[in-house]
Amino acid sequence: MRQRRAITAYSFLAIPLVFFLVVRFLPTLSAFQLSLFEWNILSENKPFVGAENYQRLLSDTNFHKSLLNTVYYTLIGVPAQLILGLVIALLLERITFVRGLLRALYFAPYVTPVVAAAWVWQWLLSPNFGPINGLLVELGLPPQGFLTSPAQALPSAAALVVWQNLGFQIVIFLAGLSAIPRSLYEAAAIDGATGSQRFWRITLPLLNPTLVFSIVTGTISYLQLFTQVVNLNFTDQGGPLGSTLSVAVYIYQMAFGRYQMGYASAITVVLFVIILIITLLQLRFLTKRIEY
Amino acid sequence: MKINRNMLALSALLFGAAQAAPVTITYWQYDFASKVTTVNNLIKQFEAANPDIKVKHETFPYDAFNQKVATSVPAGQGPDVVNLFYGWLPQYVEAGYLQPLPEKDFPAKALEKDFAPMVKASKLDGKYWALPTAVRSLAVFYNKDLFKQAGVKNPPKTWDEFISVASKIVKGQPPRFQQLGFGIQPDGQDYHVVREVLIRQFGGAPYSADNKKATYNSAAGVKALTFYTDMATKQKLGIPNFFPGNNSYRDAFIAGKVGMIIDGSFAVGTIKNGAKFDWGVAPLPTLTAGGLRSNFGSYWANGITKNAKGEKLEAAVKFMKFMTSEAVMREWLNTVGEIPARTSLAQDPKLRKDPVFGAFISSLPFAKATFFVDEAGQRKVWLDAINSVILQNGDPAKALAKAQADEQKILDGYYKK
Repeated sequence: MRQRRAITAYSFLAIPLVFFLVVRFLPTLSAFQLSLFEWNILSENKPFVGAENYQRLLSDTNFHKSLLNTVYYTLIGVPAQLILGLVIALLLERITFVRGLLRALYFAPYVTPVVAAAWVWQWLLSPNFGPINGLLVELGLPPQGFLTSPAQALPSAAALVVWQNLGFQIVIFLAGLSAIPRSLYEAAAIDGATGSQRFWRITLPLLNPTLVFSIVTGTISYLQLFTQVVNLNFTDQGGPLGSTLSVAVYIYQMAFGRYQMGYASAITVVLFVIILIITLLQLRFLTKRIEY
Repeated sequence: MKINRNMLALSALLFGAAQAAPVTITYWQYDFASKVTTVNNLIKQFEAANPDIKVKHETFPYDAFNQKVATSVPAGQGPDVVNLFYGWLPQYVEAGYLQPLPEKDFPAKALEKDFAPMVKASKLDGKYWALPTAVRSLAVFYNKDLFKQAGVKNPPKTWDEFISVASKIVKGQPPRFQQLGFGIQPDGQDYHVVREVLIRQFGGAPYSADNKKATYNSAAGVKALTFYTDMATKQKLGIPNFFPGNNSYRDAFIAGKVGMIIDGSFAVGTIKNGAKFDWGVAPLPTLTAGGLRSNFGSYWANGITKNAKGEKLEAAVKFMKFMTSEAVMREWLNTVGEIPARTSLAQDPKLRKDPVFGAFISSLPFAKATFFVDEAGQRKVWLDAINSVILQNGDPAKALAKAQADEQKILDGYYKK
């Protein structure tokens, strides 16, 4: 009887397993294989070149730039969305007036199609017609180039991503906060704990699982950043002058703009390894502190 | 009874075969509405004139087009006649997708006499591999209403006039303009203007005669790049990305916020449908009045794939001849809005005087199509060179030196094979 149940369970599990094998894992493995060939989509000869594609990465300044930019997106984006998300979630939890409406407003950017959001962002930040520059000029400050300036484009693009992810982050925190038992706060209040003590000693430690989840998934999503970058500057994707170029966008350009599938696969493999290492490190060091 | 029926079927089969079943050839192009309807109509005409040939017309989204060709043709499937951007030709030929156009049907000498000179970009290893129905060139679109307000009567003939006209129209200062004199957009058509128009007019050449060397890092090249970038940085005629979006300069022009833009004949339809003001088209300026004229040309061409053999090849040749005939070119101009590739039409006085197409058509004799081996890569090199000067106050000479080195690497990568 038990054996039969196990067979039933496995046969149900087999469907997603086969699906993941065929749709996810096999293509991933073939990317490793592809990265060892000079695989131009239009070319009949696809010679084996060994590690040549990887050697080329070492001297490719555009790749280095995309890697640095991606690190920047992650180091700015993840902490910004964590801190802002937590602050807003704590405030939202406290108020009762128009709470649902406010939650919906914060969540709206997350469900907005990325392409549409990127276009709106382009208008907002436009040097000529953008309301943000309009405001700066009203205040007597010099107008800024934002997305059109090689120095400001990267933080401007990162701001869009943070703004879009914030709604999701808040929802996760609200769920985490509501899972903390009220009785702990009541007990702390009876013991005379101050607000900040309650936050540092109860809220934050008990939010740890939520934080770990947010940091790990957030980091992965920033390392794979693509759609926002592509849509913020369509004719010079990752521009101006490669200032917003992310690794994922560079992979796309190499694969589908210049048909160099082998080289693009080599970058994919490198990105995969980076994400794997960072995720493993994060899980190892962050989950240790989980307390219940 | 049963035997009878079989006999009947057999005799029908034999009779049908003796009648020569029509040959079916397949034609592929990417999905662009006006081109698709026009080709459908043309195929009807062609089939009516050639009852023994059927043409199957299939289209694919632009992004997937090359991948479709790359997966089908080597497998012996897909098109017999294929439509491709001229910049892809070296890669198509290298991959062995195409066969050269038969010399007896398309003699090289006659082609060079009958077609616009830019068609030479389809000649590889001394053979022609593809031919266009229509071609594109660049010209100045100008807003007549803004010209009137600024007290300007005629479109500029020289670049000095171009700058003085534009400075009368521009309103505002960088980075905030209310109105531009010239819709500067390096990643629009402007980088073609620097490379194929300005460099030649300043006395240089962008590439060696065999297209294997980038040669623009020269005095003429520096003058050309400096002249172009000065329009943004010194003359302050406008800035790139004035409007957000893909076609910033064109959208801003259509919105009536820009005095002049440089754009291709392919933009005529969009501007005609969108612009709510009086506009005109003028030829690209020259350095001095009556000075050297130069233009950038590009085109989509039709080639015969290696899969067309025997009677299919014969049918494909007939179809190619039809698609590149004068009659089809005239229809193409009217329905798609692209200008004819044959010089006989380019010399047609009526077409040369056409207020919209005249400027494009009259520039065909000196329009050069850049020979791309990696269009996306070569484009990026130029964009970065121009942007580093405009956005980072870079030195034009240094930017060009870097661009030439980078582009040479791409060229070498192709020619070493």
